[in-house]
Amino acid sequence: MERFSSPRDLDQARQSAAQSRQGRLTLSLCSGTGCLANRSRPVYEALIAELDKAGAADKVIVKRTGCHGFCERGPILVVYPQEICYLSVQPDDVAEIVAKTVLKGELVDRLLWKQAGKTFTRQSDIPFYSHQTRQVLAHNSLMDPADIDDYIGYDGYAALADVLANRTPQQVIDEIKRADLRGRGGGGFPAGVKWETTRNAADPVKYVIVNGDEGDPGAYMDRSVLEGAPHSVLEGLIIGAYAIGATAGFFYIRQEYPLALTNTLKAIEQAEARGLLGDNILGSPFSFHVKVHQGAGAFVSGESSALVSAIEGRVGEPRLKYIRQSVSGLFGKPTCLNNVETWANVPLIIRNGADWFRATGTEGSKGTKIFSLVGQVEHTGLVEVPMGTTLRQIIYDIGGGIKSGRKFKAVQTGGPSGGCIPEAHLDTPVDFDALTQLGSMMGSGGMIVMDESSCMVDVARYFVEFLKEESCGKCLPCREGIREMVTILNRITQGQGRPGDIAFLEDIAVLLSEAALCGLGTSAANPVISTLRYFRDEYEAHIHAKTCPAGVCKALIAYTIDAERCQGCGACAKQCPTKAITGEKKAAHRIDQKKCVKCGVCLDACPKKYRAVAKVSSVSVVPEAVQTA
Amino acid sequence: MPEATEELCSLDRIDRIIDRYGGQRSALIQVLLDIQKEDKWLAEESLRHVASRLNVPLPQVYQVATFYKAFSLARRGRHLITVCMGTACHVRGSPRLFDRVSQKLGVGPGKTTHDGRFSLLTVNCMGCCALGPVLAIDEDYHSNPSAADLGRILSQYE
Repeated sequence: MERFSSPRDLDQARQSAAQSRQGRLTLSLCSGTGCLANRSRPVYEALIAELDKAGAADKVIVKRTGCHGFCERGPILVVYPQEICYLSVQPDDVAEIVAKTVLKGELVDRLLWKQAGKTFTRQSDIPFYSHQTRQVLAHNSLMDPADIDDYIGYDGYAALADVLANRTPQQVIDEIKRADLRGRGGGGFPAGVKWETTRNAADPVKYVIVNGDEGDPGAYMDRSVLEGAPHSVLEGLIIGAYAIGATAGFFYIRQEYPLALTNTLKAIEQAEARGLLGDNILGSPFSFHVKVHQGAGAFVSGESSALVSAIEGRVGEPRLKYIRQSVSGLFGKPTCLNNVETWANVPLIIRNGADWFRATGTEGSKGTKIFSLVGQVEHTGLVEVPMGTTLRQIIYDIGGGIKSGRKFKAVQTGGPSGGCIPEAHLDTPVDFDALTQLGSMMGSGGMIVMDESSCMVDVARYFVEFLKEESCGKCLPCREGIREMVTILNRITQGQGRPGDIAFLEDIAVLLSEAALCGLGTSAANPVISTLRYFRDEYEAHIHAKTCPAGVCKALIAYTIDAERCQGCGACAKQCPTKAITGEKKAAHRIDQKKCVKCGVCLDACPKKYRAVAKVSSVSVVPEAVQTA
Repeated sequence: MPEATEELCSLDRIDRIIDRYGGQRSALIQVLLDIQKEDKWLAEESLRHVASRLNVPLPQVYQVATFYKAFSLARRGRHLITVCMGTACHVRGSPRLFDRVSQKLGVGPGKTTHDGRFSLLTVNCMGCCALGPVLAIDEDYHSNPSAADLGRILSQYE
């Protein structure tokens, strides 16, 4: 690989990369983790074989790209330049795609998106995409993340070249400050201010870190950026290092993301070979080196001081932050730590200017934000929208509303430190400040939609249980307070709730927020507080009426068979793991409640035309006659 | 590579891993991750060897090995089945998926089947949220397999 020794070399490479794709058909196949789970690899193999067979291999470029976002309908194949978007592509579909689209320019209609009686050919016209503003993810469906020249062909590293040749470090910091770029990991701290503090710290040795420890369950924005556009993050980091005066940097990537790790390592290796990383970058006096540190599975490691401990090879326990990382961080040196998405925004701001960046967003939150729109929503996937887009627009216009026509109940944002927002607040614009006022937070971008089949007490219990496991145990309020909350919530969901439990939960919440050491502890009660705020009646139903209105909490539900409807087909009995269901063939079956483990297999097994199995919300409401009849 | 689980990472191989990181103490977690990846668990003799080579007190190695979830101090099965318990998977039925797998294998969380074929683990999020509930067998992901699917999938592993 040729090493660039000047910005001019880079420019020439950009032109030749752009030229090489001119006039050639590009088949861009999503190969992010989501699509790989949907068998995108066999599709790729079939594509290569089929193109070879048709003698068309030279005429087209086949790219395995990062996440296209519409994960639910993967594997996704987009044909450029027409931008024809085929969804849920299976290996069997490939021969037809090659024969029709590649060789004749015709469409394969059955693989196109259809909605409300309309057929959509272009990816960007599909409602899931047309309501988005994809800036950070702009090239995710176009670029091969394993090929640095592809990134260069889309103006990659142009911002770095510009900065090294034409701007002083202070000018770079001023541009980021003027853009008002706030940290995308959830804190929302102004990145430019952090950069400046680190730059101004006295110690000449400084570090920059990419926080890729995306621990919030239900969030995969950073995974997709690292998988699909690792060079954007790397370019942002190098620019930051130049502005801050750092000579070494680290990527911290959680071990649950093997593909993100592979693609990042490859990006670093290629950037080094091209002279865009290492000594005398692009022939300038600036040198900068990067290492990758793999996480070992600890949610608290995403906290900045804990993350720094982990890179030093120690357990990831947070420490008090009376001294900031920007003054004394990694190995005691001034350290600037930003989230993956924050770094990925940097090259865009430098290339297009702070004014361009500020043109999108709200008063206090500029630019776009990536969200993982998941849960009980019709179209799950990764979406990027301007700050200030309302929850309703995201869930209904982009996400297509609630799955299977059920009713919306809440949307959970901000990960385990966030909260649940009810229908009444769906028109709230999403930015750093508005969601905090509702008792939740934007966080890093997880957005989990829940319908009426979710029990809010169970959801709160789920998060607190998660935090109990993840609390490092260093400080007492967090260690003991969270454990006590779990005990109470388990009691409530098991039908053993007592009067006074709610008040006790609220007391612990105050204690945690005031006395815990780090963000994990101080925000640990948020899931409980926000569900109490908006869904108090569900807590009361569990405690006083001993029912679970959503029919989730096992101790408060029972499965029964309607003797009138049951045709005795035996489908349920065959699958019942505890042999709790008995009955003669073609006669009504019954469930022995003493043996039943409430796994729900019978409900799924009962043929739709009979609908004989039902879930009821409390054992106490099941008449004795039905239980034993 | 079924042999890898039978045989422990020999001390030579551990030395080679440590040398890759220049023998630096700060590489402790990375070294343990690499050994874990090869052996699927961390044996006591591996921990002792790492401690002496990196010149880190054994209790500190033990502290790291027990703090992070990726490490196992017990021998694991030839294949790891990881059920995602992330929020998105939770609201789409991961507890029921977990029960299904657990019943099929006859083991609880963190445990290994008697024949040493599978270990059943949970994880808090694999980032496959749009396809939830999801499980992974080694590095292959499966979206909400039914009881019948599971039988078919599991039979492909030795």
